[in-house]
Formats: sequence, C-alpha cells, structure tokens
Amino acid sequence: MRNNEILMPALSPTMEEGTLAKWLVKVGDKISSGDLIAEIETDKATMEIEAVEEGFISKLIVEEGTQGIKINTPIAEFSETKKISKTNDDESNKNVINISNKEVIEVKKSSVIETSDNTLTSSNNDATKKITVREALRDAILEEMESDNDVFIMGEEVAEYEGAYKVTQGLLEKFGDKRVIDTPITEHGFTGIGVGAAFGNLKPIVEFMTFNFSMQAIDQIINSAAKTLYMSGGQMGCPIVFRGPNGAASRVAAQHSQCFASWYSHVPGLKVVAPWSSEDAKGLLKSAIRDPNPIVFLENEVMYGQSFECPISNEFTLPIGKANVEKNGSDITIVAFSIMVGKALEAANELEKNGIKAEVINLRTLRPLDLETIINSVKKTNRLITCEEGFGFSGIGAEISSLIQENAFDWLDAPVLRVHGKDVPMPYAENLEKLALPQTSDIINKAKQICS
Amino acid sequence: MNEKQSDKVASKKKSNYDLDLLLKLNEQMLLIRRFEEKAGQLYGMGKIGGFCHLYIGQEAVVVGINSALEDNDTMVTSYRDHGHMLVCGMDPKGVMAELTGRITGYSKGKGGSMHMFSREKGFFGGHGIVGAQVPIGAGLAFSHKYKNEKSICVTFFGDGAANQGQVYETFNIAALWNLPVLFVIENNLYGMGTSVERSSSTDNFAIRGEAFGIENKTVNGMDVLDVREAATEAVNYCRLKQKPYILEVKTYRFRGHSMSDPGKYRTRDEVAEMRKNGPLKALQKLILESGFNESELKEIDNKIKLKVNEAADFAVESKLPDEAELLKDIIIE
Repeated sequence: MRNNEILMPALSPTMEEGTLAKWLVKVGDKISSGDLIAEIETDKATMEIEAVEEGFISKLIVEEGTQGIKINTPIAEFSETKKISKTNDDESNKNVINISNKEVIEVKKSSVIETSDNTLTSSNNDATKKITVREALRDAILEEMESDNDVFIMGEEVAEYEGAYKVTQGLLEKFGDKRVIDTPITEHGFTGIGVGAAFGNLKPIVEFMTFNFSMQAIDQIINSAAKTLYMSGGQMGCPIVFRGPNGAASRVAAQHSQCFASWYSHVPGLKVVAPWSSEDAKGLLKSAIRDPNPIVFLENEVMYGQSFECPISNEFTLPIGKANVEKNGSDITIVAFSIMVGKALEAANELEKNGIKAEVINLRTLRPLDLETIINSVKKTNRLITCEEGFGFSGIGAEISSLIQENAFDWLDAPVLRVHGKDVPMPYAENLEKLALPQTSDIINKAKQICS
Repeated sequence: MNEKQSDKVASKKKSNYDLDLLLKLNEQMLLIRRFEEKAGQLYGMGKIGGFCHLYIGQEAVVVGINSALEDNDTMVTSYRDHGHMLVCGMDPKGVMAELTGRITGYSKGKGGSMHMFSREKGFFGGHGIVGAQVPIGAGLAFSHKYKNEKSICVTFFGDGAANQGQVYETFNIAALWNLPVLFVIENNLYGMGTSVERSSSTDNFAIRGEAFGIENKTVNGMDVLDVREAATEAVNYCRLKQKPYILEVKTYRFRGHSMSDPGKYRTRDEVAEMRKNGPLKALQKLILESGFNESELKEIDNKIKLKVNEAADFAVESKLPDEAELLKDIIIE
C-alpha cells in the first residue's frame, strides 16, 4: 500500500508559502477526518489544519519551524495501516487538507511587537532596515499611537484577531481595547462614528477590511468627512484616516477586486494617498495620521508581504502631495502608483535593454497630485505613459493625461498613453484575471509604441 | 450648552413650577417661533434660497431637551436645525445671515440652512443627509467617553430617518460600547410627504432600540414640561450609566416639510386641529395661571420680535462672501 502525502495548503488568496509553526501529531499517531495535525503560519495568520482522511502518520517530512514552504510541497506522509510496508498504486497519492475555520491568534505576540530597530544599534536617523509593507504600516500606527493619545484605531478584526491582514498585529496588547477597537461588520455605522469622533477632536484611524466595503460607508466619507470643513466655513475639520487594502488581491473576483483611487480622488476635501514600498507606507501613513484633514489611504494586499528597506527612525515621515522619482530616464516618463510602481520599474528595466531610458514616477499621493514633478519629467522625456490597476474610463490616467495636455502640450512628442485594468468586473478564473489586470508587458508595449 | 439650566425637575404639579423657568422656556420657544416666521418671510422675499426647513410647531422638543442638559453636552441634528442652534445659544444674527448666504453667517455663507456648526456652543450640525447625523452623534459621545468628559451627546432625528439602516448600526454599537448618547426621535408624523403609517411597519419608534437593549420612553412633544421631565431622566441615565437611551417625542410641524411643500398629503383641518394645541399656547396658559398677565407676555414677545428683526436686518445688510471664499476652507493647509 502506497503512502499518502499531506501537502502544504494554500490558506489565503495571496499565500505562496508559509511556515510550519508546529506539528500537532507525531509519527505513529492515528488520525481521522477533522483531527488537527499542524499549525501553519501564513502571510496573514497562524492557522490549524485538519486531516481529511483516516490513517496513521508515517513520516513528518518538514521540521517544525521550517519557513518558506511553498504551497503543495509534501509536508508529511500517512498510511492506512500503522505498519509502513509496501505501496499500493490504486490509492490516490494526493491528500487534500481542509482549512480549519478557527484561525488561532498568533501566540508570539511579544516578538512581533518589537520595534523595527531590534537588529540595529545605530541611532542614526538615516538608518534603514528591510521590513515588509505590512510591518511598515504597523510601525507607523504604533509610533503615532505612542506619541498621541488621541489617535485610536477601529475596524473589523483589528483588535483580538490582530487584523484580517495582520497589519494591526500586537497593537491590542500594547494599547488595550480603549484604543484598538473591534467593530461589528457595519461599515456605514462605524464610519459615521469615526467621523463624529473626529469632530469631537479625536484622531481616528478607520480600517476597512478592504476598500470594497467602504462603498457601504461612502456617504459618511464624502458627505460628512470631506465636506464639513467647507460647509462650516472652516470651523469643523475632520482629522481622520480611512485605510485598508484597495484594488485587486488575488482570485477574489469582482466584488472584492476594485481600485477606488479615481472615486475618492474625485472629491474636494479629501486627500488620497497610495503607497507602494515600505518606506512609502510608513512615511505616508505617519503623515496621514498627523494631518488635520480626512485622508483616504489606499494600501494593496499583494504588497503587504513584500519587503523594502525602510527608515527606522520614529521621526521619519514623507510629505503628502509629493511624488518620488524612483528611476531617472530621458526617453519616456512612466507614472504609476501603488502596486503598479513595481511593474513600471520592471518595464523600465526591460526597456533599458532595448535602449529606451524610462523615468519612473511613484505618485505616492493622488490628491493633491504632484503635477509639477510629472511636468518636469515630461519636459525632459517628451513622452508619458500612465499606469493604474483600476478601470481606464474616468481614471487617474485620464486625469493626468488631460492635465498634461493642458499644462505641457508643447513638450509632448507623442500622445499620452494609458495602461489600466480592462473595462470588466474582475473575473475569478486565473487566466482571465491576469488578462484583466495591467501587466508589465502592457507597459513595455505601450512605451515601444510611442518611442519608435 | 451655553446656558446652564440644572434645575432639577421634581415630579410636582405643573402649577408649582418656578415662574422663572417657565419664562425662560417661553422665551426660547418664542425666539424659535419668531425666528422661523421671519425666515419664512425672507424666503418668500427671495432673500433666502434653496431648502429651508422650518421648526414651527416642534419648539417644545428642543427647548425641553436642552433645559435638561449641562454646559459641555453636545448636540447634533438633521437639516431642520434652526431651533437647535438658537437654543444652543448661537447668535440669531449669525444664523439668519447664514440663511441669507452672507459672509457674517456661521459658515461664511457656504453652508446655508442645513449646514451650520458651533464648536464653542457644542452644536455639531446641521446635516443634510437623512440619518447621517445618527452615527456622528454616537461618535461625539464616543469622544466624550474616550476623554472622560462625563458629557453626553444628544442626537436628534426624525421619524423618516428612523427607518435608515445606519440608525440601527448605530444603536447596536452605542449599546455594545456603552456610549453616552441620547437619541431623540422627533416624530412629527411625516417624513417629507409620507406619513408614518405609509412608511413605517410600526408606529412606535421608541421601542426600536429594545432589540439592542436600549432603554426608551415616549413623551408628548407638545408639552415642554413633559419633554423636560422625560429628558432629565434620560440625560441622567446616559450620563450616570454611560449608556444610550431613546426618547421618542410626539410632535407636529405646522408648516410644510420645506418652503416649497404644497402640503397636499394632509388636510387643512388636521393642521388647524394641531395648531389649537400648540406647544406655546400650553406653556403660556401656565404662565398666565402663575400670575403673569397678557401685556407682560406681549412685552416679552415684542422684545423677541425686535431681536429677530435685528437679526433679519443684519442678515440682509451683510455682505456676500468675497469671491476668494470659493476656494477657501476645502483643506486645512
């Protein structure tokens, strides 16, 4: 009889690999359907996995604590009988693992709350450390909550669960439930409460589990938060940050994969920020929390797990309203924000091999838009491509294209081209989703089109 | 609220009420009545534009509630908000000037009838979206609790708003988080032109928080002393227990939903019948029974009319906002 394999399971839409945190069985143990066999640490949480079929554990292939185990890698073997003897080819050799619906809270709270400088002794303000975007966001919130008691965070699963995407990990333990507050799943209500608290001179951070759910609350964001300063003749500011992942994650289909950058950027009274790297995330979120205005802070779930060098200083911030030239070039300007900055840089590196030197601008803020940086670049390169994951129609690219033709028409040697998501609700199927999203190759092709 | 009126309401006979208190309530209700009449007049003259929702008939609600509040309590309401602003102590000149869209208005002429605020007086709007002020009020109560201020936020909304989803989201959270918020449902029987019986599956709004464990009471909003008594109990409950409370106040607006309301959804007889039992008449009857005479009451009325006329003159004579105001106050730089 042949051994069956237990494979590393995918436990979240964006998980590619994970850590085997703990074995809950040992060789020789009898297992049956529903028994817990291991704890797996994903990019989002630590979860228990269950056996699906009956048998005996014959081998643990992966040791406890092993990191970076790709999904579908065999992690253990089991047999139908306790004695491991011969194999049996008519048995299915793959075993599927069910996900336990009880996700367990990370035990090692104290280790994750350590500040980012634990490996550095330097007190130099320029010192950096490689951290994930997720950690950078957490550090920003933590540091601002430490320095200002009026800052608090509320949202679905931000406290005891430590964030649906682990962004608020460790915050409840550090600050308590007065300042790290779980809400019911009622965006309209809790967003309005956040706005009222901001009117009451507090500085709320309202987390949307994803910005797709902010549609439930968009009236409070626009009609109450964005407009009240103006409607009150300047009396009633609303110092609030609405934050959470925006845009497509991975394989979560139309209702959970939409970019709201152009929606919120349309509205006077709001500032709209969209970080790409860890440095962006930390520096911009700290500035957003300190800003006296309502801020829509658009993160990206796919970026959460990516690591970048990031300043460790508590004093580090980035100015809202200022773009960053990520790569200098002279032949074409590529403007991007959020996840598309990475794709733009990939495209620029490819184009360089073809002798095209592209300048890549990371917008960082969408409203107020740093038009000056874009114009200065276009004056140098005379060509412009805009990139966004969202729909093209009435999009950020459409706005930038229009602004450039109004302000730098004489400097253009070619039409401004836009790279953007397809004009369809996001499909679920892997191949269709890839087709719907703008890819690096789209940027390369458009660049070649106007650089020939 | 700016004017501290911490007189404890005992459950004594109304004739035993302190005359000073009765006169104070009368003055506040009359100010609202005369102010609204003047606003209606200015609207008719084209001096006030857009939407203008008058509070005539409902004066006893906000005056009675306010009389039970303390200085640092806050208030938030819908777009039928002139009465609330006046009772909070906001200057009638500034309110009227906002109605006429002048730079001297509370929002520099940029908010209008539905959008006025005064941090100083604890008035947080003035909200034009039906029901949107309800979570905002709970958020203000949250800020009071967070800062250990022992203040409460009174959140007013109508029978129409009481059917909005966000109201129930707010009830749930206010009860769950023990927020010191007093929800006052001003049930004037009509959400714009649709009667309660045509819009609401049940006509008892007070009990709509029972599923969330929120204490409630219903009170006659045509009697300011009844409102004051119920409000005192409710306000004390919110403050001491640090919990929400729902007070439904049965009232009636004598004028249309807004100035452009033809009022065909209700009969003239119905309105006339309600006017007979108006809140001012009931209160003034008590004042007369307490030994005050008609001419003394008339004198008070005249003083208030004078004050309102001054506000109207100020509002009409003030300058329009400078054109540079167009692009100011969008973002705090």
